[in-house]
Amino acid sequence: MGAIAFPTPQADILARRESIVAGLAALLPPECLITSEDERRAYETDAFTAYRRVPMAVALPRNTAEVSAVLAYCHAEGVPVVPRGAGTSLAGGAIPQEDAVVIGVSKMNRILEIDYANRFARVEAGVTNLAITNTVSAEGFFYAPDPSSQLACTIGGNIGMNSGGAHCLKYGVTTNNILGVTLVLVDGTVVEIGGAAMDAPGYDLLGLVCGSEGQLGIITEATVRILRMAEGARPVLFGFPTSEQAGEAVAAIIAAGIVPVAMEFMDKPAIEICEAFAKAGYPMDVEALLIIEVEGSETEMDATLARIVAIAREHGVKTVRESKSAMETAAIWKGRKSAFGATGRIADYICMDGTIPTGQLPYVLRRIDEIVKHYGLRVANVFHAGDGNLHPLILYNVNDPGEAEKAEEAGNDILKLCVEVGGCLTGEHGVGIEKRDLMHHQFNRVDLQQQLRVRAAFDAQWILNPAKVFPLDGRAA
Amino acid sequence: MIVVRRPQDEEELASLVREASGHGAPLAIEGGGTRKGLGRPVNAGITVSVGGLNGITLYEPAEMVIGARAGTPLAEIEAALAEKGQMLGFEPPDFRRLYGTDGTPTIGAIAAGNLSGSRRLWGGACRDSLIGVRFVNGLGEIVKSGGRVMKNVTGLDLVKLQSGAWGTLGVLTEVIFKVVPRPEVTQTLVLEGLSEARAVEAMSAAVGSPFEITGAAHLPALAGAPARTLLRIEGFAFSVEYRAGALAGLLKSFGALVRLDGPAAAALWRDISDGAILAEPRDRAVWRLSVKPGAAAAAVAAIRASRDVTALFDWAGGLVWLATPETGDAGAAVIRRAAREANGYATLVRASDGLRAEVPVFEPEPAPIAALNRRIKASFDPEGLLNPGKMHAGL
Repeated sequence: MGAIAFPTPQADILARRESIVAGLAALLPPECLITSEDERRAYETDAFTAYRRVPMAVALPRNTAEVSAVLAYCHAEGVPVVPRGAGTSLAGGAIPQEDAVVIGVSKMNRILEIDYANRFARVEAGVTNLAITNTVSAEGFFYAPDPSSQLACTIGGNIGMNSGGAHCLKYGVTTNNILGVTLVLVDGTVVEIGGAAMDAPGYDLLGLVCGSEGQLGIITEATVRILRMAEGARPVLFGFPTSEQAGEAVAAIIAAGIVPVAMEFMDKPAIEICEAFAKAGYPMDVEALLIIEVEGSETEMDATLARIVAIAREHGVKTVRESKSAMETAAIWKGRKSAFGATGRIADYICMDGTIPTGQLPYVLRRIDEIVKHYGLRVANVFHAGDGNLHPLILYNVNDPGEAEKAEEAGNDILKLCVEVGGCLTGEHGVGIEKRDLMHHQFNRVDLQQQLRVRAAFDAQWILNPAKVFPLDGRAA
Repeated sequence: MIVVRRPQDEEELASLVREASGHGAPLAIEGGGTRKGLGRPVNAGITVSVGGLNGITLYEPAEMVIGARAGTPLAEIEAALAEKGQMLGFEPPDFRRLYGTDGTPTIGAIAAGNLSGSRRLWGGACRDSLIGVRFVNGLGEIVKSGGRVMKNVTGLDLVKLQSGAWGTLGVLTEVIFKVVPRPEVTQTLVLEGLSEARAVEAMSAAVGSPFEITGAAHLPALAGAPARTLLRIEGFAFSVEYRAGALAGLLKSFGALVRLDGPAAAALWRDISDGAILAEPRDRAVWRLSVKPGAAAAAVAAIRASRDVTALFDWAGGLVWLATPETGDAGAAVIRRAAREANGYATLVRASDGLRAEVPVFEPEPAPIAALNRRIKASFDPEGLLNPGKMHAGL
């Protein structure tokens, strides 16, 4: 691959590498600064592995004060900074560049405060998504957004990308579940935004920072909303003869006033890949599978499911299989959440992430099939059906440079299709470098210039995550 | 002499702003004019009413999304949603009784103020439901952000920034909300005679349960009636019945839960969201405090030590409404100190024009945040034409 351009590294910065590293060494203890080439190479990419650039140095500060010191230094020296959580971005949001310093939050992994009465947890940015839920689950609480990478990804990265997950149909995405952050601005100034109260005063800086992909500052702490778990949760598998029928069933469930906690769609190739990996008992004789999860007491779940099953039958459902045990529930979700990893076992793939109005699903699936066939490739579709968030996985052979390029082109065509039908380029993975050059398909010049001016209000010199999100041309805001 | 301009479409509105920018003439932005007493008084010779930008532009019940031009009456949106068994999830308030105004609440003004009612506790704030906007910035440009799909992280989220900016960052022309199903059944359970501190404990226990409480409010003893703590459960009949029973068991130590059903309960929740309970006497200043819920009762007690206040708690304590005589600074210093100690802040939502010009209406900001906000304001409205000074002097 290689269609995505990187800016030419600034020669004057590369020439000053030694003095910049020395400057950083004065701010951080040796174990918090990575300078050797071998160790820096570990940070050359994220989960968007087709692109790699080895950074000039990697700083792993231990607290807000150290982040502030490093940022202030880089700002004064005019050195680009690439913030990094766990490096699980599928959009290249954490890919560095040769003239940049990576600031990773992995050493900032303490849970600072848990307040069940007021339903929040205050954590450092490097705490993983799942660690929050694991810490509070004994008391019956959880942190709602659940990206598939939740075992590894950090809350700092989640906020940067406004991550979602399978259960956001009911509980919302990251931006709906964050109460406050400690943000270090580009010049090292530390500001507190929001906190333990439900609303923050003034302009909604919290909403702006969430999903800003490290363009506005570095998050070092977060106050997140924790919720009481439902008494029980039960996923049910529904196999349909066609994707159209599955799509119609989703619409009918919503029309009946039922909002399940999750509604996940998989097409036949995805079912086969995930079943081979997770042995979850997915039906193999259907074209489309819905995993629908409901919550509540046993009797509540029974009653809700009875309504959903009746609707599914009206739409020609072929197989209905309820989870009968915690093990079955785990297997069902393991299959879905490992969709990307399982796909990686049979082929190389790129995972797309667009959102469409759900009414467009049958048309969009048909077009995706045509697009991918046009490039001579295969595709597996997993999809958050309730909210229209698509994840087509385009399969290709990485050792065939022609195929890699075709996969990238097919992916771009699919994302343009999402915008065409009224959707957007990214539902939960972010723009990163992957979709940067497609931004003008969704936004016109005026829209983009307004965003760039807001960005400039935080970082006029393009120090923070510089080659991301916005097309490289037309940046003079 | 204030001139009122009433553009009929987005294009006309944009050219009106461009014209104003040529003359450096500030504009006051207005929806239905029902909240004239909210915010600092705006000194502008021209009022721009968006009432002419009217009509639902998109409604897809199966996708749970509705869009409308900014001047569309809230009532029209709610009626369209009700017809399909849906509603806005944040229970938008109607402040006409609080301010003693008439006119028509509009959907754009709800979005611009990020105003949420009791259901915010469970359903999120207005800004959580708002997924797309179109607006005219201070350069007279038409800008869009977000869209009609509920998962969207494409670029900076200017939707959130517009919600709660009170028209200072742009004139909203169209807003798109995600919506939720209207519950089959709503049941309100009442605990009587609890102290404020005990009421906050009871509400915290209820909200910390798995029973999905969509409203938790505590009303002061008024007109001879005892103080009441209200808990609301919504959903399908079979589920509401079960959860109401389970909640009664959970809260046994706080007293017996009395059921309040039908129109009386609905009217009461309406009164709470709309600030109507503290509307009289009209010469009192009204504050809204957003605080850490568990600290709400102590905050009120601290304020009461030096002032006469009537307090109403919503959002399980997370929102405190206070009415207090408009003497001195209307309690600004003591109320803001107490709110800060409770990890929150205070907004002066009703006071005379004179007082609102003197006492900061919105929470004063630390210097680095204020500086950031001034730069953000300039990025949308470099000449400071749109609702200048509505939130803070110079913003």
